[in-house]
Amino acid sequence: MEEVQHIAMLARLELTGEELEHYREQLSAILDHVASLQQLDTTSVPPMSAVFSGDSHLRVDKSRPPLPPEQILGNTPHKTEGQFKIPPVFEK
Amino acid sequence: MITDLSLLEAASALQRGEFSSRELTQSCLERIASLEPQLHAFLHIAQESALEQADAADKKLSEARRLGLPLSSLLGIPLAVKDVLAVEGCPCTCGSRILEGYVPPFTATAVKRLQEASMIIIGKTNTDEFAMGSSTENSAYGVTHNPWDKSRVPGGSSGGSASAVAARVIPAALGTDTGGSVRQPASFCGVTGLKPTYGRVSRYGLVAYGSSLDCCGVLARDAADAAAVFSVMQGRDPLDATTQDVPAIPVALNNGNDLRGVRIGIPKEYFIEGIQPEVEEKVRAAIAVLTSLGAQVVEVSLPHTKYALPVYYLIAPAEASANLARYDGIRYGPRIEGTHLWDVFSKTRGTKFGDEVTRRIMLGTYALSAGYYDAFYGQAQKVRTLIKRDFEQVFEQVDAVACPVAPTTAFPIGAHSDDPLAMYLEDVFTLPANLAGVPGLSFPVGFDANGLPVGMQLMGKPFREDILLQMAHTYQQVTDWHKQKPKL
Repeated sequence: MEEVQHIAMLARLELTGEELEHYREQLSAILDHVASLQQLDTTSVPPMSAVFSGDSHLRVDKSRPPLPPEQILGNTPHKTEGQFKIPPVFEK
Repeated sequence: MITDLSLLEAASALQRGEFSSRELTQSCLERIASLEPQLHAFLHIAQESALEQADAADKKLSEARRLGLPLSSLLGIPLAVKDVLAVEGCPCTCGSRILEGYVPPFTATAVKRLQEASMIIIGKTNTDEFAMGSSTENSAYGVTHNPWDKSRVPGGSSGGSASAVAARVIPAALGTDTGGSVRQPASFCGVTGLKPTYGRVSRYGLVAYGSSLDCCGVLARDAADAAAVFSVMQGRDPLDATTQDVPAIPVALNNGNDLRGVRIGIPKEYFIEGIQPEVEEKVRAAIAVLTSLGAQVVEVSLPHTKYALPVYYLIAPAEASANLARYDGIRYGPRIEGTHLWDVFSKTRGTKFGDEVTRRIMLGTYALSAGYYDAFYGQAQKVRTLIKRDFEQVFEQVDAVACPVAPTTAFPIGAHSDDPLAMYLEDVFTLPANLAGVPGLSFPVGFDANGLPVGMQLMGKPFREDILLQMAHTYQQVTDWHKQKPKL
């Protein structure tokens, strides 16, 4: 249970005790299922890091015209002086 | 009814001047309005802008006619877009409360290319929240119903798109497929659904779920229609570094009925106990039809298939837990106020994410956390290599593999709601294609005793969607399962 609480904290999810218990049960069932992967010997197998080699056609590092600030800010009522408005970063 | 026409039929009628794009668009909008109370396939209907786009298409059409210019078959044809793809000025919720009210200031590349071909964006279709699910029951805005039996799910996560295409309210719709989300709903609703090769269609503007798995695909009445839409979406995009420089597939398919020279593999791992007997029966019958058209069938093995489910349910949630970190209540979507910044993050996310999304974020966070990374995520990435190698070996022998799309036909709404693992098992035959990055196509091959559609899946070599589409098209020349429509 402490572990589930820790995971929820890492994921920034505020959950009730009841919710934590619900996820604890379900996650443990899912983790039991995925444990079957441990049967496979993969010592000489490389992890798949890209779907196709030749991945990543990076574009030239040149700036492009950005979206106008009023459009970027258009999706929140929490703004001031052309910036997003947030509560204090640290607890008072 | 003109909404009964397939995309290519409607395109020829439109170009012959039998009706205008406005009339076609208006007919779709009217049919949506009359069926939405039963189906709930849409989250947003862009009535006004659709009619404006239709008028612009009509203008282009008459102009092109006057000058004798060639016309795109997509010109003036309405299209529905799954609500995980951004369309500028059109709300995009991803089926989630955490994006309620969000209006993207940009358009996904795949959609933009279709708009440039003068398709009409008619609205956004329902989806499981952030495309996580196999039934659309995880949408925060209510479940979509299967037009063949409204007490059943349409599949998911592109369930709204599948339901809308099956119900003949729209000729084609975009979907996305991370673990089967185009193919499985296509199967459940009796339509044709293409998941292209990873890197074939740009993901720019597709709200990220599992970035190494996500593909933008298309649902349509038949393979020829799917090919017409897909051929315009495909291709390299500077805004998605994983799109590849590969030859484009042709727009038009061959209307012959000859499959001589095509080799089809039947993977024994996909015909297992627990699969609904009618599904196996219909799929085997469809394989017999392909054989009668000249295709050669061989048994093949994809030995790591049984590991696809555990691999997927580590990799996809791990990627999701990182991708969904951006939803924090600061720049878009609702915000739950708190005493300090972390408090806002935790309260907003804890309240606004639904159950399945929360579960996957938790699972992914766990799989990536210190002390567990190697055992879970690292091991999953290695087994993913083995799954990809299985396909590479099989495609040295055959052009495509044929198998069921899902173990069952559409299940009743609520059937799996208390058991996430049972729901995950619905994806057991579709996950491997995403893990290996290969293309997959689902198309209707019959009905079960309850009158529910059965789909068959073809998976193919990377960037050879053309082979799959051609095989399905040839099959559809000699069968009419794809022409059956639900009574509504």
